[in-house]
Amino acid sequence: MPMKIENGPFWKRVGENLDNDFMRGAVAGMQDRGYVRRLGVIEELGHWEEWRSLAEQIRKHTLENLDYYLMQLSENVAKRGGHVFFARTAEEANDYIRRIALEKQAKKIVKSKSMVTEEINLNPVLESIGCQVIETDLGEYILQIDDHDPPSHIVGPALHKNKEQIRDVFRRKLGYTKSSDPVELARHAREMLRRDYLTADIGITGCNFAIAESGSITLVTNEGNADLVTALPKTQITVMGMERIVPTFEEMEVLVSMLTRSAVGQKLTSYITVLTGPRDEGDADGPEEFHLVIVDNGRSSILGTEFQPVLQCIRCAACVNVCPVYRHIGGHSYGSIYSGPIGAVLSPLLGGYDDYKELPYASSLCAACTEACPVKIPLHELLIKHRQIIVEREGKAPAAEKLAMKAFRLGTASPSLYRFGTKLAPGAFASFVKDGRITKGPGPLKAWTESREFPAPSKERFRDWFRDRQKGGNPS
Amino acid sequence: MTRGAIHNRDAFLENIAHRLGRAPRLSGVSRPQWSAQPQWKVLAGYSQDDLLAVLREQCKLIHTDYIETTNAGLAGVLKQQVTAYGGGPVIVPDDPRFAEYGLSALLRDEWPAERTAIHIWNPALGRQNIDAAEQANVGIAFSDITLAESGTVVLFSRNEQGRVIHFLPKTYIAIVPKSTVVPRMTQAAVIIRKQIEKGVLVPSCINFITGPSNSADIEMNLVVGVHGPMKAAYIVVTDR
Repeated sequence: MPMKIENGPFWKRVGENLDNDFMRGAVAGMQDRGYVRRLGVIEELGHWEEWRSLAEQIRKHTLENLDYYLMQLSENVAKRGGHVFFARTAEEANDYIRRIALEKQAKKIVKSKSMVTEEINLNPVLESIGCQVIETDLGEYILQIDDHDPPSHIVGPALHKNKEQIRDVFRRKLGYTKSSDPVELARHAREMLRRDYLTADIGITGCNFAIAESGSITLVTNEGNADLVTALPKTQITVMGMERIVPTFEEMEVLVSMLTRSAVGQKLTSYITVLTGPRDEGDADGPEEFHLVIVDNGRSSILGTEFQPVLQCIRCAACVNVCPVYRHIGGHSYGSIYSGPIGAVLSPLLGGYDDYKELPYASSLCAACTEACPVKIPLHELLIKHRQIIVEREGKAPAAEKLAMKAFRLGTASPSLYRFGTKLAPGAFASFVKDGRITKGPGPLKAWTESREFPAPSKERFRDWFRDRQKGGNPS
Repeated sequence: MTRGAIHNRDAFLENIAHRLGRAPRLSGVSRPQWSAQPQWKVLAGYSQDDLLAVLREQCKLIHTDYIETTNAGLAGVLKQQVTAYGGGPVIVPDDPRFAEYGLSALLRDEWPAERTAIHIWNPALGRQNIDAAEQANVGIAFSDITLAESGTVVLFSRNEQGRVIHFLPKTYIAIVPKSTVVPRMTQAAVIIRKQIEKGVLVPSCINFITGPSNSADIEMNLVVGVHGPMKAAYIVVTDR
């Protein structure tokens, strides 16, 4: 599936998703539980601001010296017998991987979760030469067998589906006969996929962090699928966004600690795997051949611009999990595999303003995303920069956005900022509300609520606001 | 080892340097002194006993059975745990520590006599090892480094210890010598990095394993046991 999800204009998507009660309940539940879990592990860890500062320094240093570290990485991969392919475009990456598949006469390919292979739309390329491509992450597997339903969350791609829908898909596509119990469903997927791991010709993975000094790649999962994808097929292909790199094991360790806490509220996930080259001589498992594909696909044009900090991203989705707008409109509304605040910043950069001009406005600028980000990307500030560019340079501001900007300015000038500017439905604040007052608010409210309390937002405001915006103009 | 190929590197890196507005930097960069290093504050000053207590508590959160024993009791405890997980077939790496820890009799005599099938990883057997791991009910291995904070066992692959021992069996038991326990991943990273600096080749696969396989991809419900083992136990050997 390409980065762009084709499902109609932005306002139509938002409208449909606002009416999807299961999805909205699932997202709200995920956010509420996730918030508590994340804060719990952060508090237990201690010195969180120091951690964020360290993680930010590591990411900034690596990006500023990206050519050096990619040089070192590629040298060390080659020394260990791995092959490295630098791909400027999605086409170059796909061509290279297709050539390998043809050369190996591959029939079956197993994949572990990889955002960048979605971004470059790799699967159809491999399918077009007759390969069966199987996603093995449980969430991705569910979406794939359901006729490529798009992902709605970076970490939990099938968040929008309920277990009955999943059971029905399994019945339709896999001859499943059991109940909608998640354990039974997961066990069935386990059995189906076991056969595939054991018979696949090629395993394809993403890359959480490459380690320049040792020429290694790090994979972070809970299911263990990436380990079987890399241990069993004879050929391993790892595809990485060119910025997903750290200098040494020591920095990898820090960023993994940040990633697992921020993404899923775990100290570490069940499986963190560091792979270097193909199998060692004399090993009886692991790939005989290893290829690392390093993908630019628009990233280098972000370097050296005011948007460079977005490349610090480690794809944890903490910003998504605290976003009051995502909470209501869900991942599919963003029209991109990258949803939530990070998606609203990144999608226009990688996919262009023509397709994604609305996304920077799908934000209340409440800054909860910026505060949650473990690598200190100033997400809400980058959204404002997008808006400036859209309005000033591109001249693409839709009518409704102009209205919103006007209203926002109005809002900032008076106490109604609180009623309009933050305009979150009460659900977004539910975990902070006590007796109708917000006592421990997120984002910029935090500093305020330490000394004063805010009235809780009134119900349905966000939906009303969105409806009003739609009436106010026809944006696309 | 045959050196791998590198394609399209020069133009790719030149473009990055161009975008960064400077000449290409292909050597001579060193890491700065990071101004914050909070990772060293975690469990700082903890004794080995304190760390074990942390590990024990963490095991409750990661759905992992935690058992303490002495070296003298290890064979009995291991046998009992394998029985609790439903018995064989069992797969183990060809690791000298099994003999050092007094487990040879169990592996070579006791279990075979009881018709508990044992497969000892043997690289000369090639693919048969993978088939044995796939059929195994229990995989057993020694932790090389153990992380108290997260409840993680660290395993280095080698010819005699295949990767899939930790993934294909239905259940998994890690034997944890108390001396392998360190506060967190920070210490493990330093241990590994020191080897790299000395010029030792890092193993082709290093696994950081924290309890059994799990997923929350269906309605955020935690399912323990997806692609990897469905149950896991750590047997801590307190006098090793």
